[in-house]
Amino acid sequence: MKQILFTLLATLIVSMSPETQPRVVTISAKRFEFTPNQITLKRGEPVTIRVAAEDRDHGFYQKDLKLELDLSPDKVAEATITPDKTGRFVVICDHFCGSGHGNMKMVINVE
Amino acid sequence: MSKSFDRRKFLKVSGMSLGVGALISVAPAMAGGGPSATLRRWFRRQNGEELTPFSLVQLSDAHVGFSGPPNPTGTKAFERAIDVINGLEQQPDLILFTGDLTHEAEAPGEHAKRMQLFQTLTSRLKTKKVMYVPGEHDAGLDNGALYRQFFGETHYTFDHRGVHFIALDNVSAGKPKVGAEQIEWLKRDLARYPRTAPIIVFTHRPLFDLRPDWEWSTRDGDEVLNVLAPYENVTILYGHIHRHDVHETEHAMHYASRSLIFAFPDPTTVGDKKPVPFDKEKPFKNLGLQLLAESKGHLGVDDVELSLREFAGTDGVQQILKSGESL
Repeated sequence: MKQILFTLLATLIVSMSPETQPRVVTISAKRFEFTPNQITLKRGEPVTIRVAAEDRDHGFYQKDLKLELDLSPDKVAEATITPDKTGRFVVICDHFCGSGHGNMKMVINVE
Repeated sequence: MSKSFDRRKFLKVSGMSLGVGALISVAPAMAGGGPSATLRRWFRRQNGEELTPFSLVQLSDAHVGFSGPPNPTGTKAFERAIDVINGLEQQPDLILFTGDLTHEAEAPGEHAKRMQLFQTLTSRLKTKKVMYVPGEHDAGLDNGALYRQFFGETHYTFDHRGVHFIALDNVSAGKPKVGAEQIEWLKRDLARYPRTAPIIVFTHRPLFDLRPDWEWSTRDGDEVLNVLAPYENVTILYGHIHRHDVHETEHAMHYASRSLIFAFPDPTTVGDKKPVPFDKEKPFKNLGLQLLAESKGHLGVDDVELSLREFAGTDGVQQILKSGESL
């Protein structure tokens, strides 16, 4: 029994250790831009993408990376992904936000 | 325009027209008995309208109020389209407008003025049965509140000449989606119809993934197509992409109409979504509409590019400018 408890405790400690926490990338969204507008990730490395809307509702959508977040100013939205392919992926705001909406995008490079 | 003319003589019809889609696949036997006769009887019983030939026009993406380098002529192409339709020898029964009637505006009251101007222009149409769905530029910022004041509900159905028409809203949620509530409504509506009923869906965005990174898709479009899948005769008309396109999915034909403000390029050949530059020599180049005619169970779809040539024998923006006006 002690052995089992010890193993469980060790597993818990390892899972909480800083080494296993995904890297966090923070992005802000406001009409009609994301800041930063370009980030670089590593293939196979988990990363948490945290996005805050500053002014109104926005979207954060990249189909190939399976990123789809609804953004509103009252909360920070986040998703954790592990990119499995390299390339240049364009993220768009997919919540209509006005005349410059079509140009509200950013790039995720996966190396 | 008082002069009436035959569309085939005077309009530039892309590729001699006619992507012909089967609207009513049972119709080759229409004169006889069998399932088509049953269908005709069913429609007559339901709404008093028998399945009979008719024509309609699809207009899209006028963006009334837009002003910018891709088209400095404002509503001129829209007005030309109205003249072209009014000049048709045989007036269409019905006109469908698939969204982005207006361009959004920041200043208070300005968007309402644009909707008012749209209605003023549309009132020139001889055909008075005009049905609408919103685009995101009409309804995306306020969940369709202002649009409803001018044009009524954003999704609805009606029957016309034995065809069931479904107006679907995939914009007013702000995001490109139809939403669970509307999909349930669609299921209940379709449950009233036989599987062979001819159905025309009109909506703004494509219901399939045409180019998702350009927002040319509807997130829950697959769910909508699954609801429609049991029905054998489905045609889907849409706008949003500012170019003509024909696409076939397993159970439906999808036709996109050109816009009336500016065109977008072929998404298979370019990476960035940028409007096709304005051409002073051909101000209506790439702009246009769709003419559709149902006859003997088949739907003819003509992609029509607007031109000035039929009026003066030549193109050129000077023909639509007032004296002393320049671009």
